[in-house]
Amino acid sequence: MGDAVVTLRALTRRFHGSAVPPVLDRIDLTIRKGEFVALLGRSGSGKTTLLRTLAGLDPVTEGEASLPERRAVVFQEPRLMPWKRVWHNVALGLRGEAGTIRERALSALREVELSHRATAWPLTLSGGEAQRTGLARALVREPELLLLDEPFASLDALTRLRMQSLVAELWQAHRPAVLLVTHDVEEALLLADRVLVLAQGHLVEDLSVKLPRPRRRSAEGFDALRVRLLGTLGVDEDGHDATARAA
Amino acid sequence: MSVSVDLTAQPASDRPAAPPAATRHGFIRLPKPSHLRRFLVPVLLVLSWQVAAQAGWISTRLMAPPLDIAAAAWSLTVTGELPYHLLVSLQRVVIGLAIAIFAGVSLGLTAGLSKLGEDAVDASMQMLRALPFLALVPLFILWFGIGETTKIALVALGATFPIYLTLFGGIRGVDPKLLEAGRILGLDRAGQIRHIILPAALPQALVGLRYGLGTAWLSLVVGEQINATAGIGFLVMDAREFLRTDVILVGLLVYALLGLGADQLVRMVERRALAWRPSLVREG
Ligand SMILES: Nc1ncnc2c1ncn2[C@@H]1O[C@H](COP(=O)(O)OP(=O)(O)O)[C@@H](O)[C@H]1O
Ligand SMILES: [Mg+2]
Repeated sequence: MGDAVVTLRALTRRFHGSAVPPVLDRIDLTIRKGEFVALLGRSGSGKTTLLRTLAGLDPVTEGEASLPERRAVVFQEPRLMPWKRVWHNVALGLRGEAGTIRERALSALREVELSHRATAWPLTLSGGEAQRTGLARALVREPELLLLDEPFASLDALTRLRMQSLVAELWQAHRPAVLLVTHDVEEALLLADRVLVLAQGHLVEDLSVKLPRPRRRSAEGFDALRVRLLGTLGVDEDGHDATARAA
Repeated sequence: MSVSVDLTAQPASDRPAAPPAATRHGFIRLPKPSHLRRFLVPVLLVLSWQVAAQAGWISTRLMAPPLDIAAAAWSLTVTGELPYHLLVSLQRVVIGLAIAIFAGVSLGLTAGLSKLGEDAVDASMQMLRALPFLALVPLFILWFGIGETTKIALVALGATFPIYLTLFGGIRGVDPKLLEAGRILGLDRAGQIRHIILPAALPQALVGLRYGLGTAWLSLVVGEQINATAGIGFLVMDAREFLRTDVILVGLLVYALLGLGADQLVRMVERRALAWRPSLVREG
């Protein structure tokens, strides 16, 4: 596969020795260039563990993983350096000439509509602004693989909607491969080409989403996919608090 | 703070962490009357002290009244005596503190940034710290004599520990999640130290510096009572010989003012260096 960005072969990850079943059990996964993949799963199913492996933050001890050179992560908490102004946070770790770096950081902030906060201290940002800063910080590195670990989970409903469409736009503009970890089935269907479900250490679902973009909840077929994914997650159709339970 | 006011069920996360404007306003306005109140009691005390001295209720021999102290301070200043001794004392503190900052920071960095350094440094520092450092005075006199070296060494020794301890603690207390973020952003070890570890440790280290200043004055007072020929301490000891309580009290006052001034200096540094902290952050 020439255009694969990520390839996992029989990836296994355990935390408590061989007595307990591993958190990730011989996972095979390929993510193609520019593909938007959503990863669903109940809390504690190992989504973050898988994401951390793809980020190269955890060592691969069993199985194989081939990862791209340029990877970027947006964590659930923004993880900004509070002592650096917003644009310095975005520029952190970039190499090159100072003026160029500044330009790149500012233009990334423009893309997430945060130019007016470029010189603010991170602790004065709202939750949504902080996550957009995190997004700018990831994008400015022009990643081949963008990893998002429930980046909207702690935002209020309206902010979350805005962030979702922002991520969709940015993905269409830059086309990195994306792995979005989420517990929200609708979010997965609104954004992803492909939805994976992780349960008991296995990818129990690998669903291609062929709905037209921009995605709408009212689109034909949306609901059928939603019901199917909720079913895979072991939740009944009548969903709202059940989705929350899966969180 | 905003959580308790929040009646909606939505998470409050899309709101600035800073308290709402009204509260912040109150914070700025409130201290003013209480500031005046705080000065009221000391002023009354000084006034009644003066009255009591003039009425003969307090022996002016054992305790000079405020006006005499002021007069003594004035005459010591115009003769140049006070400025001279002040300069000598200041010099001891500045040199001693400079040594303490250098030693405390070097040791703190060594122990904080590497396990090897911690093993080499921390245990000995913890043991030395347990020893009241003023107990070393006899030893210092044997080693360094009764000259400047002993006085400066005392100041340096006393101030090193708080600087070391807080810097070490600050470095070890860095949020590992931030370090992880730094790693994935491509920071190497040097970059992590510069952009994450040191800035994160700075608030604590500055607290240590303030403590260090406190012990520095204490050491100075003790040090200057060992056969000094100059300095505020000498001025005080000398005045004792002649029962000049007014001069003694001028010396004490100067010590107090120096300590206060140094503390303000560190606070000023804090306000600048830690401008990002929530309590200090103001919306632009
Ligand atoms: N560093 C770790 N040490 C021990 N157990 C861990 C560690 N990280 C995760 N786990 C365990 O692995 C399981 C999966 O965790 P995680 O990947 O965070 O789940 P999710 O992100 O899907 O909620 C959990 O049972 C968790 O307790
Ligand atoms: Mg998780």
